[in-house]
Amino acid sequence: MHELPVTQSLLKIALDHAERANAKKVLGLNIVMGELSSMVDDSVQFYWDIIAKDTIAENAVLRFRRVPAELQCLSCAEKYHPTDGEFICPKCGNIGAKIIAGEEFLLESIDVE
Amino acid sequence: MPQTISVVENILNANDRLAEENRARLDAAGVFSINLIASPGAGKTSLIEQTLPRLKGRLRVAAVDGDIATSLDSDRAAAAGADASVQINTGGECHLDAVMLRGALDRLDLTQFDLLIVENVGNLICPANFKLGTHKTVLVASVPEGDDKPYKYPATYRGVDTLVINKIDLLPYVPFRMDYFQRGVQALNPGVVTFPLSCITGEGFDGWIQWLIENTRKE
Repeated sequence: MHELPVTQSLLKIALDHAERANAKKVLGLNIVMGELSSMVDDSVQFYWDIIAKDTIAENAVLRFRRVPAELQCLSCAEKYHPTDGEFICPKCGNIGAKIIAGEEFLLESIDVE
Repeated sequence: MPQTISVVENILNANDRLAEENRARLDAAGVFSINLIASPGAGKTSLIEQTLPRLKGRLRVAAVDGDIATSLDSDRAAAAGADASVQINTGGECHLDAVMLRGALDRLDLTQFDLLIVENVGNLICPANFKLGTHKTVLVASVPEGDDKPYKYPATYRGVDTLVINKIDLLPYVPFRMDYFQRGVQALNPGVVTFPLSCITGEGFDGWIQWLIENTRKE
């Protein structure tokens, strides 16, 4: 459900940048979406098709680059991907980690003409 | 001629900027604010109901309640002794955002309060993504929800400043492993302040009330 305001924000950012570049049309959006960002790309696409209609970004292709989650153990600094259910360091077995990657939710670039 | 323009903008930037404005308003008025998030039924409103009488005469409290519909929760906050109570109906939206809180702040004379309690919409997912500008985010977990929630909602659990574990009076009756739960919490949010308590028996409230008073006095 939260993808609607998110998609509205996405559209606004894309249109602002397209306008500044004097673009006639937005052909595509390159979005970075971390595994931990709790966003659903299908849902963003669903709202996009509705709200981008009748703008210069209508029919723009949404490309999602997924960034896997990466944690770093606070005890031994080992970097690892969290597995389902537990966040335990595979090397030293300790819990406690900081998130290095996977929370991103960015509009990286837009393709225009 | 097609070309690619670099943007690199956080998609929730607009909300984040408004959240900063809200924070500045609260700071200017010297109001300490918390954002209560939880799944439906965890006991956010009950926590407010049990907290307000314990703060009576010590802090002046305003409550903002976010719900998809009805003013049931803000009515309960008012009945429990909130000095002011504002209801935000989100009209179907599953979380509060900074714009909605700004609207609620407009309806309050902030100089009249020490503490603002914002009760978010019952939901463990979306509120984590939308900053409001409040000083601390407090997650209300509850024993009957199950001890696996930190593992299933890591984004929410790792982003909170304080954790209340409600309904500890039910521990003898439900299979809730406190150590397993706490391990999941500490894994991604080491050192988070935790208050196990019961809104029914009142057990554990002293620490929570003290935390609220100390943080409010700091602000």
